[in-house]
Amino acid sequence: MSADDHKHKQHDEHDHEEVELAPREYSVDLAAIRERLSKSSGKEYWRSLEELSDNPHFAELLHREFPRQASELDESVDRRDFLKLAAASLALAGLSGCGGPPSESIVPYVTQPTGLTPGKPQFYATALQMGADAIGLLVESHEGRPTKIEGNPDHPGSLGASNAFAQASVLGLYDPDRAQVVTHQGNIESWGAFLETAAGAAKVLKTGAGLKILTGSVTSPTLAAQIRGLLTQYPQAKWHQWEPAGSDGAREGAKLTFGRVVSAVYRPEKAEVILSLDADFLASGPGHLRYAKQFARRRKLSGAGSEMNRLYVLEPTPSVTGASADHRVPMRASDVGLFARALAGKLGLGGGAPLPAGSEKLLETVAGELQKHRGASLVIAGEQQPAEVHALAHAMNQALGNNGATVYYTEPAEAQPVNHAESIRELCADMHNGRVDTLLILGGNPVYDAPRDYDFAEKLKKVRLAVRLGAYADETAEHCQWNIPEAHYLESWSDARAFDGTASIVQPLIAPLYQGKTAHDVVGAFSDKPGMSAYDRVRATWLGGHTEKEWRKWLHDGVIEATAFAPLSLTTKWSPASMPAAKPLAADQIEFVFRPDPCVYDGRFANNGWLQELPKPASKLTWDNAALVSPKTAEKFGFKHSSAFVGGEHGQTISDIAEIELSGGKVSAAVWTLPGQAEGVITLPLGYGRSKSGHAGTNKGFNAYAVRSAAALWTATGGSVRKTGETYPLACTQAHHNMEGRELVRSASFEEFKKNPGFTQLPEEEKMKGLSLYKEFEYPGYAWGMAIDLASCNGCNACVVACGAENNTPIVGKEQVLRGREMHWIRIDRYYEGSLDDPAMLFQPVPCQQCENAPCEQVCPVGATTHSAEGLNDMVYNRCIGTRYCSNNCPYKVRRFNFFRYQDWETPEFKLMRNPEVTVRSRGVMEKCTYCVQRINNVRIEAEKENRPIRDGEIVTACEAACPSEAIVFGNANDPKSRVAKLKAQQRNYTILAELNARPRTTYLGAVKNTNPELERPEHPAKETK
Amino acid sequence: MSATNDTSSLRRVAPVVEPGHTFGTVTEKISSIVLSRPAGAGWFFGISIAFGLVMMLGMCVAYLIARGTGIWGLNIPVAWGFAIVNFVWWIGIGHAGTLISAILLLLNQKWRTSINRFAEAMTLFAVACAGLFPLIHTGRPWYAAYFMMPYPNTMGIWPQFRSPLIWDVFAVSTYFTVSLLFWFVGLLPDLATLRDRATSRPQQMIYGLLAMGWRGSARHWHRYQMAYLLLAGLATPLVVSVHTVVSFDFAVAVVPGWHTTIFPPYFVAGAIYSGFAMVVTLAIPLRKFYGLEDFITMRHLENMAKVMLATGLIVAYGYCMEFFMAFYSGNKYDSFLAMNRMHGPYAAFYWALILCNIVIPQLLWLHRARTNVALLFVMSLVINVGMWLERFVIVVMSLHRDFMPSAWGNYRPTIWDVGTFAGTIGLFVMLIFLFVRTLPAISIAEMRELVAHTSEEQK
Repeated sequence: MSADDHKHKQHDEHDHEEVELAPREYSVDLAAIRERLSKSSGKEYWRSLEELSDNPHFAELLHREFPRQASELDESVDRRDFLKLAAASLALAGLSGCGGPPSESIVPYVTQPTGLTPGKPQFYATALQMGADAIGLLVESHEGRPTKIEGNPDHPGSLGASNAFAQASVLGLYDPDRAQVVTHQGNIESWGAFLETAAGAAKVLKTGAGLKILTGSVTSPTLAAQIRGLLTQYPQAKWHQWEPAGSDGAREGAKLTFGRVVSAVYRPEKAEVILSLDADFLASGPGHLRYAKQFARRRKLSGAGSEMNRLYVLEPTPSVTGASADHRVPMRASDVGLFARALAGKLGLGGGAPLPAGSEKLLETVAGELQKHRGASLVIAGEQQPAEVHALAHAMNQALGNNGATVYYTEPAEAQPVNHAESIRELCADMHNGRVDTLLILGGNPVYDAPRDYDFAEKLKKVRLAVRLGAYADETAEHCQWNIPEAHYLESWSDARAFDGTASIVQPLIAPLYQGKTAHDVVGAFSDKPGMSAYDRVRATWLGGHTEKEWRKWLHDGVIEATAFAPLSLTTKWSPASMPAAKPLAADQIEFVFRPDPCVYDGRFANNGWLQELPKPASKLTWDNAALVSPKTAEKFGFKHSSAFVGGEHGQTISDIAEIELSGGKVSAAVWTLPGQAEGVITLPLGYGRSKSGHAGTNKGFNAYAVRSAAALWTATGGSVRKTGETYPLACTQAHHNMEGRELVRSASFEEFKKNPGFTQLPEEEKMKGLSLYKEFEYPGYAWGMAIDLASCNGCNACVVACGAENNTPIVGKEQVLRGREMHWIRIDRYYEGSLDDPAMLFQPVPCQQCENAPCEQVCPVGATTHSAEGLNDMVYNRCIGTRYCSNNCPYKVRRFNFFRYQDWETPEFKLMRNPEVTVRSRGVMEKCTYCVQRINNVRIEAEKENRPIRDGEIVTACEAACPSEAIVFGNANDPKSRVAKLKAQQRNYTILAELNARPRTTYLGAVKNTNPELERPEHPAKETK
Repeated sequence: MSATNDTSSLRRVAPVVEPGHTFGTVTEKISSIVLSRPAGAGWFFGISIAFGLVMMLGMCVAYLIARGTGIWGLNIPVAWGFAIVNFVWWIGIGHAGTLISAILLLLNQKWRTSINRFAEAMTLFAVACAGLFPLIHTGRPWYAAYFMMPYPNTMGIWPQFRSPLIWDVFAVSTYFTVSLLFWFVGLLPDLATLRDRATSRPQQMIYGLLAMGWRGSARHWHRYQMAYLLLAGLATPLVVSVHTVVSFDFAVAVVPGWHTTIFPPYFVAGAIYSGFAMVVTLAIPLRKFYGLEDFITMRHLENMAKVMLATGLIVAYGYCMEFFMAFYSGNKYDSFLAMNRMHGPYAAFYWALILCNIVIPQLLWLHRARTNVALLFVMSLVINVGMWLERFVIVVMSLHRDFMPSAWGNYRPTIWDVGTFAGTIGLFVMLIFLFVRTLPAISIAEMRELVAHTSEEQK
């Protein structure tokens, strides 16, 4: 891997010559930051380290002449140019529809298909399977082309919400880098040839000795039945599973407690107090969308009389759930386990462990709170925590009377829950011993992501016939004889179970763009019914005893009725007292934790540009991962990062590179200092450092799998870290800045809120109301407005990707992000409050504020941005000449400029992908959030046809639709009964930069945290450390 | 300010034209530069460098139009960079010409005579350089060229008249037109002189055509002087209006550092400051290389130095007031901006500006400094740099950290920014070189008049 890394770096040096030449400006002086924080009085907000350090060395750089600039033919452009060629030659086969009418005679619809009106989108229900879960989705289809994903309100795992992965999966479908043909030893072959090979192989297999199947987690009942059928046919064949970001801890924990694998299903809506033991249950893992929605609903504030639940999160590295917590405690992953044991002891379950330093008070309080809310409390163990912690959580929930109330147990959603680490170990051992003749790898990318000590690639060489079904010609494909292009889920028939067992039919929205096949087809090829289609197989699974009408209803609803598993009544014989004595980690020992990346997950989304360019919730990094360390740990090792002069705070940060030796591997990683990270913990996000992915994913970031061994899948110790002295440019969209005393995010504790529900109101802003030189606009009809509840927003990023998908916003590539030119119409600002080591994180989504007195409108020389009759600030792209004056004059800096032609106009796939209702902007044009004006107009047309006013909630903007915690509400502010008007009428409602009197239509509701007064954090603990 | 009223120093002050000149010597001396004197290696050397820069400008603009404004260092939040800095700088330089020609004419300042011609030419060339930038800095120059013009159209779409950029279009184009007319009218008698003295047929033809039939009759002279005075009257308000309107680009916006009422007078003073600095920058080599010390005397240089000192002090006052208001107003954005100028990432630019525009020019209080030609030349360059820095500080430093800390960023120019700027300097220098060799750099007619007056006075 280190060789790879070097290659990577060289590659980057070459491509980003300018970046490398950019002088460093100043470094982060943590001691100075602490001092500054400790000196300041009152509540201080800050964004990141450079700003706090306030280092004057920046000036030094200015004595230099302007350093040499590299060629403007930057990486992103090269890639595009290459894509143009690649697309032209590769992609046209499946896409005859986009090159004008074919030469053969074509016939239009004689009878229009039912429900289809050309120009009107249709929505189909389907489901996205990920790990041990599936999210029910509604997919918008324009004339047969899926263009946009929404959550399925009828699906228990979505409730209408969606996440960034689901939103970005549209781009995954149209990705021109996808594997497109069947290949054998690198030569193009036909599916028929493969079927023959499979039939030949099946003949010699006899009992199946030597046949192995490797899958990820399977929640598809049909696929599971097929594989089981195959195993019956070949009794000695074996089914292995490897999901790199799956949770063996959860499976083994359940086994430990209940004697078998069961799923825990939570009901956060019923819990008064929730304790998360390193569980990011609001943003990842089974059921997270449902949990996020129910958790947020339980905390919605309408006035002083509202109630809030309380969330404690103990975690090593800042997560979305941690940001939502009322009390977040940075703690090493292993210390979380110790705390759980101590807590179990405190709750009278027996056992116990030495407490992590300084958490006595916390233990006392949490134990008290949990006991006080028996039956209405909830303990959740994190997916990356070991089996014991899960077992402790189950035991505590039981002891607290939460079973059946806030948590219940069901059969697992996975068809065949096994210990994945063990499963892949067995497979590797068999391969090593030459006991594998035929290996079917269905999805996944084990050469890249299997534990490093198993050396999967080397062992794969001993397999005679390796068949790989994969979406990309990736690292694993390189080592397999047969490569079958995998059909995207939007092209496939299948089925999938969600976290609670609810099954959905996965129905295709489009015929495979390339020659994609499903796992059903590949497994079928070795069975006695090779020719059967996936559609027939899925129907065969479900249709028994049901009518065609029911089938159609399942397809329509996106869920199969009454398939959710019933709660099991289980008894546990396990007691925490039976655990061996705890072995706490020495205080100065470095702990490494692996985490799925919030943007590319385990690496499967590495080639998805929307996700690559999505700023990660806590660090705001794009296009790279980085080893995350706490400020104190960074200080200890001397890691620094500094803003570069190109792009600066909004673009480029030069970061030190560390060489990490761990579990026998070695990797060089850029280091990012992240406030809120637990001291002594180095987080290594998975999913990057792909050596063979595609144009967007190859050679981005560092490969954490290179130091991940089977024995330490999530938490590792005993490694070493060394500063190499080299640096690396990271593209960070919001590298730093404190709030500089500007009241952008206003927050209060629940106690303060109850005393003063109008805590967001500032007296000096009152004076500004109603002042204007210009004549007021009048809105006799609608006045569109938006309210964003900062108490609900958890920074999960779903809105950002949803906005991009809906509005055809381009991605610009790392080189352009480094220069501060990313194109997101909605950004999520992240602020910190409190001390450097343990701050609270606050998120603020910022779309266009749609000002009443819009500063942008007055300065446009050609009237390209104008006020609509309903108060929208419209952009007229045709008229825009690109003076950028509007952006300069926008106090909120929400306008985005097409400095180059960022859109790819040539790649045919991307033509299919775009929303036909939104203009694809050209170079030299300003753009920004429109409040999804196309959606407003669609609804308006329908309403006018029916001669009625638009109903509240009928128009849903893309960001609002995606938001799992319902933080964004859009509607008619003129109608006092609308949801948005009611929110705006709350005392918590405020506008940012109100003193400018721009009078934004987008307003915010102040953040409220239900902090426990007993645990009130000292305002500036930094004082104690210095 | 006016040295002529200061009787005690009058004795020491050099004359506006050295004694001993007659109509003949004046005419001979000035027209020979155009008609008989060979170009010389120095001229060719200079113009070839300038021409090279013009070619570079062409390349930069062509690449810009081919690729987009992304080749520059712009981003969000700093969406205006070198282009606007250069635009304001060039427009400012273009102020001196009209000021010298029109206002000093109306104020009857005789010393303007030797310098007005090339100062006006400089104005035109500077405005031409300036005019390039607003056009090419747009994302889509091909539309900008006509969307900004209020032409009648069937769709009823007009420019947005609330935007200062539209005011700019009118202010700058009016200024350019009037300056051009003024310059051309002033040239008429001299063009006739050149026509009459030219020996080659093509020269006779071209100068003859341009002289528009000037015969030097009394009626001609009468009308000429009337027109010249009227144009001077017309041009006078423009001196103030152009830079006032340019300052509105900033003052009308909400951006801290832009949104201030002091900008119009402060911009006008700054423009005159830089304009005179540029006249000095051009006058010193011109009188040296073409032996024009008799016509452009120490009197001229010293007077211009005094104007620079005075306007420089107004500019300094502007800086102080900006700083004072930032804190006196209690506006947290303004006070942050003031601190950011002094201590932020671009602080070096700010302090360089203070050094160039305020500290160094204080030397001009000294008579010895004002009469030291080499020092004056260096100082004029320093002031030009300082005024460029002032625009950089205003444009870039205000934008890079405005209201939302989450959107703050940095700006660094690329080679294309620098190349375009250097290219316009090349264009300017090339035009000056061509001008010096093709038109009389000093007004022959007015010099003759001056010689007549001074000889009368001496009698």
